[in-house]
Amino acid sequence: MLQFEKLKTAGCSTVNFSAWKRGVRDGIPICLGYFAVSFTFGMMAVGEGLAVWQAVLISAANITSAGQFAGLPLIVNGAPYVEMALTQFIINLRYSLMSFSLSQKIERQAPHFHRFFIAYGVTDEIFGVTVSQPGRTSPAYSYGVMCVALPGWVLGTLCGAVSGNLLPDFIVSALGLAIYGMFLAIIIPPAKKDRVVCGVVICAMLVSAMFRYLPPLRGVSSGFVVIITTLLVGGAAAFFFPIREDRAEEIADEC
Amino acid sequence: MNAEFFLYILVMAGVTYLIRMLPLALVKREITSPFIRSFLYYVPYASLAAMTFPAILYATDSMISAGIGFVVALLLSYWERSLLTVALIACAAVFVVERLL
Repeated sequence: MLQFEKLKTAGCSTVNFSAWKRGVRDGIPICLGYFAVSFTFGMMAVGEGLAVWQAVLISAANITSAGQFAGLPLIVNGAPYVEMALTQFIINLRYSLMSFSLSQKIERQAPHFHRFFIAYGVTDEIFGVTVSQPGRTSPAYSYGVMCVALPGWVLGTLCGAVSGNLLPDFIVSALGLAIYGMFLAIIIPPAKKDRVVCGVVICAMLVSAMFRYLPPLRGVSSGFVVIITTLLVGGAAAFFFPIREDRAEEIADEC
Repeated sequence: MNAEFFLYILVMAGVTYLIRMLPLALVKREITSPFIRSFLYYVPYASLAAMTFPAILYATDSMISAGIGFVVALLLSYWERSLLTVALIACAAVFVVERLL
């Protein structure tokens, strides 16, 4: 209700309220998945000797799973700040590709300042649900997703940090799949309708599997694997199968 | 210790936020290049697929439960179930398989 008042005073219409509600709905599976992952982060952080509030603060300030897991040992071991900056840069650089993609997705008439707030919540999962929306999206949608998903991240960290035994292992294990299930629910339906998208999905999975299993490629960090795969497969698809504008809109409307 | 800790957080969060914010704030105009437009159209599919596989196989305590969860999620997505349904039923499948093992 509070958010509704805020939207109203910001001069937004009921259209935005329904976008916000859609965001809240799509944020629920993200919240569950986040809870499981950040629970593990909270447990690890306290295990490494950080205070509960420190673990929670890291989560609230970063909202990035791989980056936080990689940053933890650097903090504990007192690594140089440059190393911290470089590590975060390499692991999180994929977000800039997502932000670039979102820069074309946000409603054109939306005031510029929204972009500074939306940027805080650009994660793999929130990006995923946002691009799955037909046409351009209202900032209200992003705020809807964020206000459900982000508390899941922070509270999960808190619970994990306070008590490693609060959630039994098998629940944490099962919830670990939530985020990936959601990703599949986003990419598979469009892949069914469009042979090129289907090819992109399959090739991207094969390329990322190569980075996981082929010895010379194994050392590449997970964040970079996403960047290289996206540039390679997305670039090849764009070169060989450029989209016609009308077709793109058609597919967007169907999804 | 505390001053150091805050400095670490500042570096971490600052770098991460700038990576997210700069493209959003700087690229405001509509991109017209057909190649870049096409590339951006394929970005979500390529990046989400790359993040999902093979990582999904290592998301739970055993590769068997994760593999079954993967297949269940694939089928439900193919039948175009909602995000929440796919996520929850895939988790439930993992839960059941791990109880049985």
